[in-house]
Amino acid sequence: MLNKSLISITDFSKDDYLKILDTAAGFEKKSYQDLLKGKVIATLFFEPSTRTRLSFESAINRIGGKVIGFSDSVTSSVTKGETLYDTIRVVSNYAELIVMRHPLEGSARYASELTKIPVINAGDGANQHPTQTLLDLYSIQKTQGKLTDLNIFMVGDLKYGRTVHSLLMALSEFNATFYFISPDELRMPEEYKILLNSIGLQYHESRELNGNIKNADIVYMTRVQKERFSDPIEYEKTKNAYVLRDEMLAGTRENMRVLHPLPRVNEINTDVDANPKAYYFQQTENGVYVRQAIISLILGLKS
Amino acid sequence: MTMKDKFLEVSAIKDGTVIDHIPADSLFKVVSILKLEKIEGMITFGTNLISKKLGRKGIIKLSGVFFKDKDINRIALIAPDAKLNIIRDYSVVEKKVVEIPDEINGIVKCVNPQCVTNHEKISTRFHVIDKKEVKLRCHYCEKLTVKEHMTIL
Repeated sequence: MLNKSLISITDFSKDDYLKILDTAAGFEKKSYQDLLKGKVIATLFFEPSTRTRLSFESAINRIGGKVIGFSDSVTSSVTKGETLYDTIRVVSNYAELIVMRHPLEGSARYASELTKIPVINAGDGANQHPTQTLLDLYSIQKTQGKLTDLNIFMVGDLKYGRTVHSLLMALSEFNATFYFISPDELRMPEEYKILLNSIGLQYHESRELNGNIKNADIVYMTRVQKERFSDPIEYEKTKNAYVLRDEMLAGTRENMRVLHPLPRVNEINTDVDANPKAYYFQQTENGVYVRQAIISLILGLKS
Repeated sequence: MTMKDKFLEVSAIKDGTVIDHIPADSLFKVVSILKLEKIEGMITFGTNLISKKLGRKGIIKLSGVFFKDKDINRIALIAPDAKLNIIRDYSVVEKKVVEIPDEINGIVKCVNPQCVTNHEKISTRFHVIDKKEVKLRCHYCEKLTVKEHMTIL
């Protein structure tokens, strides 16, 4: 991983994932360490994403690094018409690593080809967000004690949701059984089912959430967004069918945990928050440790 | 009609390459992809010639020009049936077919309007994941561009 960019979850191997999770567990025990002292990291957020940016900046600060950058394109020279090419070439002279969020898909891969310093993709449009996937893996491992042989339920927008696609790719290395629960319009795309078939992993599809999660180890919720529906009437009909409520958790497995990449809108009722099976807020905490691990492994820092 | 008679429809060349069986409507794209406008030797183009296989075909004869496989394969997307005849001393000494390469650079537009290649000055780049059906995965945005939605740049 040394000096390697992390653009897509497939850039790293299964061994890399495990190494990152292992290192992240070390940071969970001791998060504040002076590993990055005297080093500068650029966080370039061409579109706002407060949660992701703060998580990265907290990760960098806790290991003693300095952060430079911007939090949306309005406060950068992009508004003056600077190309991504120029921005990356310039910032490469100022920092040891670039963390970048950009609305255009493929922008992070492109940026990584323009500079000698490593780039971490913090989201490129609807394409990839690999650090989210790694923190999802960490949360799954931490709550289940393992990553292998789990029943993974994915709920909501499975068609456009990049987090479920990347998580599926990563978990396909760990013999997961998948359950896809979504409205017809937002079903898991064929290409992912073909992938699962090709490696012999089982998946089940359903339109019903209620009563269907009894054998789940992980329920991964996503937002069903209105703009994804071609027919607004369909949206009105389906929007409440994919809302998780506390009473639905009755009779589920003891070890079951509910994850969500956040932000949530209404797809997890607030009455779930108090249930010990709700894990989405701890999940964000894990994000800091995982990002500390990724940064320190890429920069070759020993904790 | 023999092979030799066919070539005589345009004009014979002593040494060089004949690219035959180009779909007529792709002829000028082939010219552009192979950057033939930069070649100084003698070139003859024919188009809308009658072809049993293609209906109407184009043909290009290049005097003194020989292509490397990797260069000529760039036309495979738009002229999959193209055949090359390598000519030495007025005779065909070798025949070649084109083959879709594993990677396609700078020929096809990415179908994804949100792809960075459609916004910044970047040459497009695709990994060919299915040669038969012609499915290309964008190196940048990772989305698929398939034959029916393909735009040649």
